[in-house]
Amino acid sequence: MIEVENVSFTYPSGVEALKEINVKINDADFIAIIGENGAGKTTFIKHLNGILKPTQGDIYINGLNTKKASIAELSRDVGLVFQNPDHQLFCETVEDEIAFGLKNFGFNKDAISERVTWALNLLDLTKYGKVSPFMLSGGERKRVALATILAWDPKILVLDEPTIGQDFHQKDKLRQFIVQLNSQGRTVIMVTHDVEFVADCNPKVIVMSNNRIIATGSAREVLTNFDILAKASVLPPQITQLFIKLSDLGLPQNVIDLYEAKQLIIDLTKGRLNNEGL
Amino acid sequence: MSIVEIRNLSYSYPGLNKPALINIDLTIEKGDFIILTGPSGCGKTTLCRCLNGLIPHFYNGDLTGDVIVTGLSVKDNPTSKIAQHVGFVFQNPENQLFALSVEKDIAFGLENLAVPRTEIRKQVDHALDLLGITNLRDNAPYELSGGQKQRVAIACILAMHPELMILDEPTSFLDPVAAKNLFEIIYALNKELGLTIILVEHRLDLLCTYANRVIIMDEGKVKADGIPRDILSSKEVLSLGIGIPKITKLYLELKASGIHLGDPPISVNEIAQEIRTLMLND
Repeated sequence: MIEVENVSFTYPSGVEALKEINVKINDADFIAIIGENGAGKTTFIKHLNGILKPTQGDIYINGLNTKKASIAELSRDVGLVFQNPDHQLFCETVEDEIAFGLKNFGFNKDAISERVTWALNLLDLTKYGKVSPFMLSGGERKRVALATILAWDPKILVLDEPTIGQDFHQKDKLRQFIVQLNSQGRTVIMVTHDVEFVADCNPKVIVMSNNRIIATGSAREVLTNFDILAKASVLPPQITQLFIKLSDLGLPQNVIDLYEAKQLIIDLTKGRLNNEGL
Repeated sequence: MSIVEIRNLSYSYPGLNKPALINIDLTIEKGDFIILTGPSGCGKTTLCRCLNGLIPHFYNGDLTGDVIVTGLSVKDNPTSKIAQHVGFVFQNPENQLFALSVEKDIAFGLENLAVPRTEIRKQVDHALDLLGITNLRDNAPYELSGGQKQRVAIACILAMHPELMILDEPTSFLDPVAAKNLFEIIYALNKELGLTIILVEHRLDLLCTYANRVIIMDEGKVKADGIPRDILSSKEVLSLGIGIPKITKLYLELKASGIHLGDPPISVNEIAQEIRTLMLND
Protein backbone atom coordinates (compact mmCIF):
# COMPACT_ATOMS: atom_id res chain seq x y z
CA MET A 1 0.00 0.00 0.00
CA ILE A 2 1.15 3.52 -0.80
CA GLU A 3 0.09 6.29 1.56
CA VAL A 4 0.83 9.86 0.53
CA GLU A 5 0.10 12.29 3.33
CA ASN A 6 0.02 16.01 2.71
CA VAL A 7 3.11 15.96 0.52
CA SER A 8 4.64 19.10 -0.93
CA PHE A 9 7.92 19.26 -2.76
CA THR A 10 10.09 22.20 -3.75
CA TYR A 11 13.13 21.71 -5.98
CA PRO A 12 16.40 23.25 -4.71
CA SER A 13 15.97 25.95 -7.39
CA GLY A 14 12.85 27.10 -5.53
CA VAL A 15 10.35 25.68 -8.04
CA GLU A 16 7.37 24.27 -6.18
CA ALA A 17 6.49 21.05 -8.01
CA LEU A 18 4.01 19.35 -5.67
CA LYS A 19 1.44 20.98 -3.42
CA GLU A 20 -0.45 19.19 -0.66
CA ILE A 21 -0.77 15.80 -2.32
CA ASN A 22 -2.95 13.32 -0.46
CA VAL A 23 -3.67 9.93 -1.94
CA LYS A 24 -3.84 6.31 -0.90
CA ILE A 25 -3.06 3.58 -3.43
CA ASN A 26 -4.03 0.06 -2.40
CA ASP A 27 -2.29 -3.19 -3.28
CA ALA A 28 -3.28 -4.39 -6.75
CA ASP A 29 -4.67 -1.00 -7.77
CA PHE A 30 -4.27 0.03 -11.40
CA ILE A 31 -3.84 3.78 -11.67
CA ALA A 32 -3.26 6.19 -14.56
CA ILE A 33 -1.98 9.66 -13.77
CA ILE A 34 -2.80 12.27 -16.40
CA GLY A 35 -2.17 16.01 -16.53
CA GLU A 36 -0.49 18.77 -18.52
CA ASN A 37 3.26 19.10 -19.13
CA GLY A 38 4.76 20.39 -15.90
CA ALA A 39 1.78 19.36 -13.75
CA GLY A 40 4.06 17.46 -11.36
CA LYS A 41 3.35 13.89 -12.50
CA THR A 42 6.97 12.81 -12.92
CA THR A 43 8.02 14.61 -9.74
CA PHE A 44 5.31 12.71 -7.92
CA ILE A 45 6.30 9.24 -9.11
CA LYS A 46 9.98 9.93 -8.38
CA HIS A 47 8.86 10.11 -4.74
CA LEU A 48 7.58 6.55 -4.84
CA ASN A 49 11.00 4.89 -4.94
CA GLY A 50 12.68 7.59 -2.90
CA ILE A 51 14.67 9.37 -5.66
CA LEU A 52 12.99 12.47 -4.27
CA LYS A 53 11.90 12.93 -0.66
CA PRO A 54 9.01 15.22 0.32
CA THR A 55 9.89 18.73 1.47
CA GLN A 56 6.80 18.49 3.62
CA GLY A 57 4.55 15.56 4.55
CA ASP A 58 5.30 11.83 4.36
CA ILE A 59 5.05 8.89 1.99
CA TYR A 60 4.73 5.32 3.28
CA ILE A 61 5.42 2.36 1.01
CA ASN A 62 4.00 -0.73 2.73
CA GLY A 63 4.38 1.11 6.01
CA LEU A 64 7.97 2.23 5.39
CA ASN A 65 8.54 5.99 5.42
CA THR A 66 10.49 6.90 2.26
CA LYS A 67 12.52 9.43 4.24
CA LYS A 68 13.92 6.61 6.37
CA ALA A 69 14.66 4.16 3.54
CA SER A 70 17.37 4.02 0.86
CA ILE A 71 16.51 4.05 -2.84
CA ALA A 72 17.92 0.49 -3.08
CA GLU A 73 15.59 -0.71 -0.31
CA LEU A 74 12.55 0.95 -1.86
CA SER A 75 13.42 -0.16 -5.40
CA ARG A 76 13.08 -3.82 -4.50
CA ASP A 77 9.34 -3.17 -4.09
CA VAL A 78 8.89 -0.19 -6.38
CA GLY A 79 10.18 -0.51 -9.95
CA LEU A 80 10.24 2.79 -11.79
CA VAL A 81 10.61 2.93 -15.57
CA PHE A 82 11.69 6.37 -16.73
CA GLN A 83 10.08 8.30 -19.54
CA ASN A 84 13.27 8.58 -21.55
CA PRO A 85 15.02 5.20 -21.82
CA ASP A 86 18.31 6.94 -22.50
CA HIS A 87 18.30 8.15 -18.90
CA GLN A 88 18.32 4.54 -17.80
CA LEU A 89 20.29 2.42 -20.29
CA PHE A 90 24.08 2.23 -20.24
CA CYS A 91 25.25 -1.40 -20.62
CA GLU A 92 26.91 -2.91 -23.69
CA THR A 93 24.20 -5.42 -24.49
CA VAL A 94 20.50 -5.69 -23.85
CA GLU A 95 21.11 -8.86 -21.79
CA ASP A 96 23.67 -7.11 -19.56
CA GLU A 97 21.24 -4.28 -19.12
CA ILE A 98 18.50 -6.58 -17.85
CA ALA A 99 20.93 -8.56 -15.68
CA PHE A 100 22.33 -5.43 -14.04
CA GLY A 101 19.50 -4.81 -11.58
CA LEU A 102 19.24 -8.51 -10.78
CA LYS A 103 22.96 -8.69 -9.92
CA ASN A 104 22.60 -5.71 -7.63
CA PHE A 105 19.74 -7.34 -5.80
CA GLY A 106 21.90 -10.44 -5.30
CA PHE A 107 20.04 -12.94 -7.46
CA ASN A 108 22.12 -16.05 -8.20
CA LYS A 109 23.51 -16.78 -11.66
CA ASP A 110 20.84 -19.28 -12.70
CA ALA A 111 17.99 -17.08 -11.54
CA ILE A 112 19.50 -14.15 -13.44
CA SER A 113 19.79 -16.10 -16.68
CA GLU A 114 16.25 -17.44 -16.31
CA ARG A 115 14.77 -14.02 -15.63
CA VAL A 116 16.70 -12.33 -18.43
CA THR A 117 15.34 -14.91 -20.88
CA TRP A 118 11.82 -14.43 -19.50
CA ALA A 119 11.94 -10.62 -19.74
CA LEU A 120 13.44 -10.65 -23.26
CA ASN A 121 10.68 -12.94 -24.42
CA LEU A 122 7.92 -10.98 -22.72
CA LEU A 123 8.92 -7.76 -24.46
CA ASP A 124 9.70 -9.21 -27.87
CA LEU A 125 13.42 -8.54 -27.48
CA THR A 126 14.91 -12.04 -27.66
CA LYS A 127 16.57 -11.36 -31.02
CA TYR A 128 18.32 -8.31 -29.53
CA GLY A 129 19.83 -10.01 -26.47
CA LYS A 130 23.43 -9.57 -27.65
CA VAL A 131 22.88 -6.21 -29.33
CA SER A 132 23.82 -2.82 -27.85
CA PRO A 133 20.71 -0.98 -26.62
CA PHE A 134 21.94 2.05 -28.53
CA MET A 135 21.59 0.24 -31.86
CA LEU A 136 17.85 -0.16 -31.27
CA SER A 137 14.98 2.11 -32.27
CA GLY A 138 13.41 4.50 -29.77
CA GLY A 139 10.42 2.21 -29.23
CA GLU A 140 12.65 -0.82 -28.74
CA ARG A 141 14.88 1.00 -26.22
CA LYS A 142 11.73 1.90 -24.32
CA ARG A 143 10.87 -1.81 -24.08
CA VAL A 144 14.40 -2.66 -22.94
CA ALA A 145 14.02 -0.13 -20.11
CA LEU A 146 10.77 -1.81 -19.12
CA ALA A 147 12.33 -5.29 -19.30
CA THR A 148 15.13 -4.28 -16.90
CA ILE A 149 12.59 -3.41 -14.23
CA LEU A 150 10.12 -6.24 -14.84
CA ALA A 151 12.98 -8.74 -14.50
CA TRP A 152 13.17 -8.33 -10.71
CA ASP A 153 9.39 -8.41 -10.42
CA PRO A 154 8.70 -5.48 -8.11
CA LYS A 155 5.33 -5.49 -6.31
CA ILE A 156 4.66 -1.95 -7.44
CA LEU A 157 5.36 -1.03 -11.03
CA VAL A 158 5.59 2.66 -11.93
CA LEU A 159 5.72 3.54 -15.63
CA ASP A 160 6.40 7.03 -16.95
CA GLU A 161 4.79 7.37 -20.40
CA PRO A 162 5.06 3.68 -21.35
CA THR A 163 3.42 4.09 -24.78
CA ILE A 164 5.87 6.61 -26.25
CA GLY A 165 7.25 5.35 -29.56
CA GLN A 166 5.18 2.15 -29.40
CA ASP A 167 3.17 1.05 -32.40
CA PHE A 168 -0.34 -0.34 -32.21
CA HIS A 169 0.73 -3.98 -31.70
CA GLN A 170 3.26 -3.14 -29.03
CA LYS A 171 0.78 -0.88 -27.28
CA ASP A 172 -1.80 -3.62 -27.27
CA LYS A 173 0.71 -6.13 -25.93
CA LEU A 174 1.77 -3.59 -23.32
CA ARG A 175 -1.86 -3.19 -22.29
CA GLN A 176 -2.34 -6.93 -22.07
CA PHE A 177 0.63 -7.58 -19.86
CA ILE A 178 0.03 -4.54 -17.66
CA VAL A 179 -3.50 -5.83 -17.10
CA GLN A 180 -2.14 -9.32 -16.50
CA LEU A 181 0.51 -8.17 -14.01
CA ASN A 182 -2.17 -6.16 -12.26
CA SER A 183 -4.57 -9.10 -12.09
CA GLN A 184 -1.76 -11.15 -10.53
CA GLY A 185 -1.69 -8.68 -7.68
CA ARG A 186 0.93 -6.14 -8.69
CA THR A 187 0.13 -2.49 -8.26
CA VAL A 188 0.53 -0.62 -11.55
CA ILE A 189 0.85 3.14 -11.74
CA MET A 190 1.36 4.75 -15.13
CA VAL A 191 1.83 8.35 -16.10
CA THR A 192 0.50 8.99 -19.59
CA HIS A 193 -0.77 11.58 -22.04
CA ASP A 194 -2.33 8.89 -24.15
CA VAL A 195 -6.06 9.11 -23.38
CA GLU A 196 -6.92 6.46 -25.94
CA PHE A 197 -4.62 4.06 -24.09
CA VAL A 198 -6.28 5.00 -20.79
CA ALA A 199 -9.70 4.37 -22.35
CA ASP A 200 -8.51 0.93 -23.51
CA CYS A 201 -6.94 -0.02 -20.16
CA ASN A 202 -9.78 1.30 -18.01
CA PRO A 203 -7.81 1.99 -14.81
CA LYS A 204 -8.62 4.39 -11.97
CA VAL A 205 -7.46 7.86 -12.96
CA ILE A 206 -5.71 10.57 -10.97
CA VAL A 207 -5.71 13.99 -12.65
CA MET A 208 -2.93 16.41 -11.78
CA SER A 209 -2.84 20.07 -12.73
CA ASN A 210 -0.66 22.90 -11.49
CA ASN A 211 1.17 20.60 -9.06
CA ARG A 212 -1.97 19.39 -7.31
CA ILE A 213 -4.32 16.45 -7.63
CA ILE A 214 -7.53 17.97 -9.00
CA ALA A 215 -9.64 14.84 -9.51
CA THR A 216 -9.72 11.09 -9.03
CA GLY A 217 -12.25 8.60 -10.38
CA SER A 218 -12.91 5.79 -12.81
CA ALA A 219 -11.64 6.18 -16.39
CA ARG A 220 -15.22 6.71 -17.52
CA GLU A 221 -15.92 9.41 -14.92
CA VAL A 222 -12.73 11.33 -15.58
CA LEU A 223 -12.41 11.01 -19.37
CA THR A 224 -15.96 12.26 -19.90
CA ASN A 225 -15.53 15.26 -17.60
CA PHE A 226 -14.56 17.97 -20.08
CA ASP A 227 -13.90 20.67 -17.45
CA ILE A 228 -11.39 18.55 -15.60
CA LEU A 229 -9.71 17.42 -18.82
CA ALA A 230 -9.39 20.98 -20.11
CA LYS A 231 -7.69 22.05 -16.86
CA ALA A 232 -5.17 19.25 -17.37
CA SER A 233 -4.62 20.01 -21.11
CA VAL A 234 -5.98 16.62 -22.07
CA LEU A 235 -8.37 16.07 -24.97
CA PRO A 236 -11.21 13.56 -24.46
CA PRO A 237 -10.99 10.25 -26.34
CA GLN A 238 -12.36 10.43 -29.90
CA ILE A 239 -15.28 8.17 -29.01
CA THR A 240 -16.27 10.51 -26.16
CA GLN A 241 -15.97 13.55 -28.44
CA LEU A 242 -18.25 11.85 -30.95
CA PHE A 243 -20.91 10.96 -28.37
CA ILE A 244 -20.95 14.49 -26.97
CA LYS A 245 -21.57 15.78 -30.50
CA LEU A 246 -24.40 13.29 -31.01
CA SER A 247 -26.05 13.65 -27.61
CA ASP A 248 -29.09 15.37 -29.18
CA LEU A 249 -29.86 12.04 -30.89
CA GLY A 250 -30.47 10.58 -27.45
CA LEU A 251 -27.06 8.91 -27.08
CA PRO A 252 -25.39 8.93 -23.65
CA GLN A 253 -22.46 11.34 -23.18
CA ASN A 254 -20.25 9.20 -20.97
CA VAL A 255 -18.96 6.66 -23.47
CA ILE A 256 -15.23 5.88 -23.76
CA ASP A 257 -15.18 2.36 -25.16
CA LEU A 258 -15.21 1.55 -28.88
CA TYR A 259 -17.38 -1.56 -28.60
CA GLU A 260 -19.88 0.09 -26.32
CA ALA A 261 -20.05 2.91 -28.87
CA LYS A 262 -20.61 0.46 -31.71
CA GLN A 263 -23.47 -1.25 -29.87
CA LEU A 264 -25.13 2.06 -28.99
CA ILE A 265 -25.07 3.22 -32.61
CA ILE A 266 -26.44 -0.12 -33.79
CA ASP A 267 -29.23 0.19 -31.20
CA LEU A 268 -29.87 3.76 -32.29
CA THR A 269 -30.33 2.79 -35.94
CA LYS A 270 -32.52 -0.18 -35.00
CA GLY A 271 -34.63 1.95 -32.67
CA ARG A 272 -35.16 4.38 -35.50
CA LEU A 273 -36.26 1.61 -37.84
CA ASN A 274 -38.64 0.25 -35.22
CA ASN A 275 -40.24 3.67 -34.82
CA GLU A 276 -40.82 3.84 -38.55
CA GLY A 277 -42.40 0.40 -38.38
CA LEU A 278 -44.96 1.83 -35.98
CA MET B 1 8.25 19.04 -58.81
CA SER B 2 9.86 16.33 -56.75
CA ILE B 3 12.04 17.24 -53.78
CA VAL B 4 13.08 13.70 -52.87
CA GLU B 5 13.93 10.89 -55.29
CA ILE B 6 14.79 7.53 -53.80
CA ARG B 7 15.77 4.77 -56.19
CA ASN B 8 16.25 1.17 -55.10
CA LEU B 9 17.63 2.14 -51.69
CA SER B 10 18.86 -0.58 -49.35
CA TYR B 11 20.81 -0.03 -46.16
CA SER B 12 22.27 -2.07 -43.30
CA TYR B 13 23.66 -0.65 -40.07
CA PRO B 14 27.24 -1.70 -39.32
CA GLY B 15 27.33 -4.92 -37.32
CA LEU B 16 23.72 -5.90 -37.98
CA ASN B 17 23.04 -8.66 -40.49
CA LYS B 18 19.44 -7.73 -41.20
CA PRO B 19 19.04 -4.80 -43.60
CA ALA B 20 17.11 -1.86 -42.11
CA LEU B 21 15.86 -0.71 -45.54
CA ILE B 22 15.16 -2.95 -48.52
CA ASN B 23 14.73 -1.77 -52.14
CA ILE B 24 12.89 1.46 -51.38
CA ASP B 25 11.58 3.51 -54.29
CA LEU B 26 9.92 6.76 -53.32
CA THR B 27 9.24 10.19 -54.79
CA ILE B 28 8.18 13.10 -52.61
CA GLU B 29 6.71 16.21 -54.20
CA LYS B 30 7.43 19.77 -53.14
CA GLY B 31 4.71 20.93 -50.72
CA ASP B 32 3.72 17.43 -49.58
CA PHE B 33 2.71 16.92 -45.93
CA ILE B 34 3.57 13.31 -45.31
CA ILE B 35 2.91 11.12 -42.30
CA LEU B 36 5.48 8.34 -42.18
CA THR B 37 4.35 5.52 -39.94
CA GLY B 38 4.71 1.79 -39.34
CA PRO B 39 5.46 -0.70 -36.59
CA SER B 40 8.28 -0.01 -34.15
CA GLY B 41 11.62 -0.85 -35.76
CA CYS B 42 10.22 -0.83 -39.33
CA GLY B 43 12.84 1.60 -40.64
CA LYS B 44 11.06 4.97 -40.38
CA THR B 45 13.85 6.74 -38.53
CA THR B 46 16.47 5.03 -40.69
CA LEU B 47 14.79 6.33 -43.84
CA CYS B 48 14.76 9.85 -42.39
CA ARG B 49 18.46 9.58 -41.57
CA CYS B 50 19.11 8.81 -45.24
CA LEU B 51 17.38 12.02 -46.25
CA ASN B 52 19.73 14.35 -44.37
CA GLY B 53 22.89 12.34 -44.94
CA LEU B 54 23.35 11.10 -41.35
CA ILE B 55 23.29 7.84 -43.26
CA PRO B 56 25.82 7.07 -44.68
CA HIS B 57 28.13 9.84 -43.38
CA PHE B 58 27.62 9.48 -39.62
CA TYR B 59 26.29 5.95 -39.19
CA ASN B 60 28.44 4.38 -41.95
CA GLY B 61 27.05 0.93 -42.83
CA ASP B 62 26.23 -0.36 -46.27
CA LEU B 63 24.08 1.84 -48.52
CA THR B 64 23.13 0.94 -52.09
CA GLY B 65 20.84 2.75 -54.51
CA ASP B 66 20.32 6.50 -54.84
CA VAL B 67 18.93 9.16 -52.55
CA ILE B 68 18.57 12.56 -54.22
CA VAL B 69 17.27 15.32 -51.93
CA THR B 70 16.71 18.83 -53.32
CA GLY B 71 18.82 17.81 -56.28
CA LEU B 72 21.76 16.65 -54.12
CA SER B 73 22.91 13.06 -53.94
CA VAL B 74 23.34 12.37 -50.22
CA LYS B 75 26.16 9.91 -50.92
CA ASP B 76 28.22 12.57 -52.70
CA ASN B 77 27.52 15.58 -50.49
CA PRO B 78 28.60 16.24 -46.89
CA THR B 79 25.91 16.54 -44.20
CA SER B 80 26.84 20.20 -43.75
CA LYS B 81 25.72 20.89 -47.30
CA ILE B 82 22.54 18.82 -47.07
CA ALA B 83 21.68 20.50 -43.76
CA GLN B 84 21.21 23.75 -45.63
CA HIS B 85 18.26 22.23 -47.45
CA VAL B 86 16.90 19.59 -45.07
CA GLY B 87 15.98 20.33 -41.46
CA PHE B 88 15.62 17.56 -38.89
CA VAL B 89 13.63 17.89 -35.65
CA PHE B 90 14.24 15.13 -33.12
CA GLN B 91 11.78 13.37 -30.84
CA ASN B 92 13.23 14.91 -27.73
CA PRO B 93 14.04 18.64 -28.08
CA GLU B 94 16.50 18.29 -25.20
CA ASN B 95 18.79 16.38 -27.57
CA GLN B 96 18.92 19.39 -29.84
CA LEU B 97 18.97 22.51 -27.62
CA PHE B 98 22.08 23.50 -25.72
CA ALA B 99 22.66 27.28 -25.77
CA LEU B 100 21.99 29.57 -22.83
CA SER B 101 19.22 31.47 -24.55
CA VAL B 102 16.56 30.69 -27.13
CA GLU B 103 17.91 33.42 -29.40
CA LYS B 104 21.43 31.97 -29.33
CA ASP B 105 20.16 28.49 -30.05
CA ILE B 106 18.30 29.71 -33.11
CA ALA B 107 21.31 31.73 -34.30
CA PHE B 108 23.70 28.78 -33.96
CA GLY B 109 22.90 27.07 -37.26
CA LEU B 110 23.15 30.34 -39.17
CA GLU B 111 26.47 31.20 -37.52
CA ASN B 112 27.81 27.87 -38.71
CA LEU B 113 26.78 28.71 -42.22
CA ALA B 114 28.70 32.03 -41.87
CA VAL B 115 25.61 34.11 -42.52
CA PRO B 116 26.30 37.87 -41.94
CA ARG B 117 25.37 39.16 -38.47
CA THR B 118 22.59 41.52 -39.58
CA GLU B 119 21.03 38.75 -41.65
CA ILE B 120 21.19 36.36 -38.67
CA ARG B 121 19.29 38.90 -36.55
CA LYS B 122 16.64 39.18 -39.21
CA GLN B 123 16.24 35.44 -39.61
CA VAL B 124 16.13 34.80 -35.85
CA ASP B 125 13.40 37.43 -35.45
CA HIS B 126 11.44 35.90 -38.30
CA ALA B 127 11.70 32.35 -36.92
CA LEU B 128 10.66 33.51 -33.42
CA ASP B 129 7.69 35.26 -34.95
CA LEU B 130 6.60 32.26 -37.07
CA LEU B 131 6.57 29.97 -34.03
CA GLY B 132 4.95 32.56 -31.76
CA ILE B 133 7.81 32.52 -29.25
CA THR B 134 9.22 36.06 -29.53
CA ASN B 135 8.50 36.52 -25.82
CA LEU B 136 10.82 33.62 -25.00
CA ARG B 137 13.89 34.90 -26.85
CA ASP B 138 15.94 35.63 -23.72
CA ASN B 139 14.85 32.56 -21.78
CA ALA B 140 17.16 29.60 -21.28
CA PRO B 141 15.80 26.57 -23.16
CA TYR B 142 15.96 24.42 -20.00
CA GLU B 143 13.48 26.76 -18.27
CA LEU B 144 10.82 26.10 -20.88
CA SER B 145 7.97 23.60 -20.99
CA GLY B 146 8.13 20.61 -23.35
CA GLY B 147 5.88 22.29 -25.92
CA GLN B 148 7.88 25.50 -25.82
CA LYS B 149 11.16 23.60 -26.19
CA GLN B 150 9.87 21.76 -29.24
CA ARG B 151 8.82 25.07 -30.81
CA VAL B 152 12.31 26.43 -30.20
CA ALA B 153 13.79 23.32 -31.85
CA ILE B 154 11.60 23.91 -34.89
CA ALA B 155 12.53 27.62 -34.96
CA CYS B 156 16.23 26.63 -34.99
CA ILE B 157 15.62 24.55 -38.09
CA LEU B 158 13.31 27.02 -39.75
CA ALA B 159 15.80 29.88 -39.43
CA MET B 160 18.02 28.00 -41.87
CA HIS B 161 15.27 28.06 -44.52
CA PRO B 162 15.05 24.36 -45.25
CA GLU B 163 13.04 23.20 -48.23
CA LEU B 164 12.22 19.94 -46.47
CA MET B 165 11.55 19.54 -42.76
CA ILE B 166 11.65 16.08 -41.18
CA LEU B 167 10.15 15.66 -37.71
CA ASP B 168 10.66 12.38 -35.85
CA GLU B 169 7.76 11.93 -33.41
CA PRO B 170 8.00 15.57 -32.35
CA THR B 171 5.09 15.42 -29.92
CA SER B 172 6.06 12.31 -27.93
CA PHE B 173 6.91 14.32 -24.86
CA LEU B 174 4.02 16.78 -25.14
CA ASP B 175 0.58 16.76 -23.59
CA PRO B 176 -2.29 16.39 -26.08
CA VAL B 177 -3.19 20.07 -26.18
CA ALA B 178 0.45 21.09 -26.74
CA ALA B 179 0.71 18.35 -29.40
CA LYS B 180 -2.34 19.64 -31.25
CA ASN B 181 -1.01 23.21 -31.14
CA LEU B 182 2.33 22.04 -32.53
CA PHE B 183 0.67 20.14 -35.38
CA GLU B 184 -1.29 23.28 -36.24
CA ILE B 185 1.91 25.32 -36.42
CA ILE B 186 3.53 22.71 -38.67
CA TYR B 187 0.44 22.67 -40.85
CA ALA B 188 0.56 26.46 -41.20
CA LEU B 189 4.24 26.30 -42.23
CA ASN B 190 3.28 23.74 -44.86
CA LYS B 191 0.35 25.77 -46.20
CA GLU B 192 1.77 29.28 -45.96
CA LEU B 193 5.45 28.73 -46.76
CA GLY B 194 5.00 25.66 -48.93
CA LEU B 195 7.49 23.83 -46.71
CA THR B 196 7.58 20.10 -47.46
CA ILE B 197 6.94 18.11 -44.29
CA ILE B 198 7.76 14.51 -43.40
CA LEU B 199 6.39 13.69 -39.97
CA VAL B 200 7.09 10.36 -38.29
CA GLU B 201 4.23 9.50 -35.93
CA HIS B 202 2.31 6.58 -34.42
CA ARG B 203 -0.65 8.55 -33.12
CA LEU B 204 -2.62 9.26 -36.25
CA ASP B 205 -5.79 10.49 -34.55
CA LEU B 206 -4.43 13.99 -33.94
CA LEU B 207 -2.70 14.27 -37.25
CA CYS B 208 -4.41 12.71 -40.24
CA THR B 209 -6.52 15.75 -41.07
CA TYR B 210 -3.37 17.77 -41.80
CA ALA B 211 -1.54 15.42 -44.15
CA ASN B 212 -2.12 14.90 -47.88
CA ARG B 213 -0.25 11.62 -47.90
CA VAL B 214 0.45 8.69 -45.57
CA ILE B 215 3.38 6.34 -46.15
CA ILE B 216 3.40 3.08 -44.22
CA MET B 217 6.55 1.04 -43.75
CA ASP B 218 7.04 -2.47 -42.45
CA GLU B 219 10.22 -4.50 -42.17
CA GLY B 220 12.30 -2.03 -44.11
CA LYS B 221 9.89 -1.67 -47.03
CA VAL B 222 7.19 0.78 -48.10
CA LYS B 223 3.93 -1.15 -47.72
CA ALA B 224 1.32 1.50 -48.51
CA ASP B 225 1.32 5.05 -49.85
CA GLY B 226 -1.69 7.25 -50.52
CA ILE B 227 -4.18 9.79 -49.15
CA PRO B 228 -5.05 9.36 -45.45
CA ARG B 229 -8.71 8.48 -45.99
CA ASP B 230 -7.94 5.53 -48.28
CA ILE B 231 -4.87 4.30 -46.45
CA LEU B 232 -6.37 4.31 -42.96
CA SER B 233 -9.36 2.22 -43.96
CA SER B 234 -7.48 -0.26 -46.19
CA LYS B 235 -7.35 -3.94 -45.23
CA GLU B 236 -3.61 -4.02 -45.74
CA VAL B 237 -3.08 -1.34 -43.11
CA LEU B 238 -5.35 -3.07 -40.62
CA SER B 239 -3.38 -6.28 -41.02
CA LEU B 240 -0.15 -4.39 -40.31
CA GLY B 241 -1.65 -3.23 -37.04
CA ILE B 242 -1.18 0.49 -37.60
CA GLY B 243 -2.86 2.49 -34.86
CA ILE B 244 -5.72 3.84 -36.92
CA PRO B 245 -7.89 6.50 -35.23
CA LYS B 246 -10.70 5.13 -33.02
CA ILE B 247 -13.38 6.77 -35.17
CA THR B 248 -11.99 5.13 -38.32
CA LYS B 249 -12.08 1.84 -36.42
CA LEU B 250 -15.65 2.51 -35.32
CA TYR B 251 -16.56 3.14 -38.97
CA LEU B 252 -15.05 -0.22 -39.96
CA GLU B 253 -16.74 -2.04 -37.04
CA LEU B 254 -20.12 -0.57 -38.01
CA LYS B 255 -19.53 -1.50 -41.65
CA ALA B 256 -18.84 -5.09 -40.59
CA SER B 257 -22.20 -5.03 -38.79
CA GLY B 258 -24.02 -3.85 -41.89
CA ILE B 259 -24.14 -0.12 -41.11
CA HIS B 260 -22.65 1.82 -44.02
CA LEU B 261 -21.64 5.41 -43.43
CA GLY B 262 -20.26 6.63 -46.77
CA ASP B 263 -16.57 7.62 -47.07
CA PRO B 264 -14.19 6.51 -44.32
CA PRO B 265 -14.00 9.37 -41.79
CA ILE B 266 -10.73 10.86 -40.58
CA SER B 267 -12.17 13.28 -38.03
CA VAL B 268 -14.80 13.21 -35.28
CA ASN B 269 -16.83 15.84 -37.16
CA GLU B 270 -16.93 13.73 -40.30
CA ILE B 271 -18.24 10.59 -38.61
CA ALA B 272 -20.73 12.62 -36.54
CA GLN B 273 -22.06 14.11 -39.77
CA GLU B 274 -22.29 10.70 -41.43
CA ILE B 275 -24.23 9.21 -38.51
CA ARG B 276 -26.63 12.17 -38.61
CA THR B 277 -27.11 11.76 -42.36
CA LEU B 278 -27.78 8.05 -41.87
CA MET B 279 -30.42 8.75 -39.20
CA LEU B 280 -32.16 11.36 -41.39
CA ASN B 281 -32.21 9.15 -44.48
CA ASP B 282 -33.48 6.04 -42.75
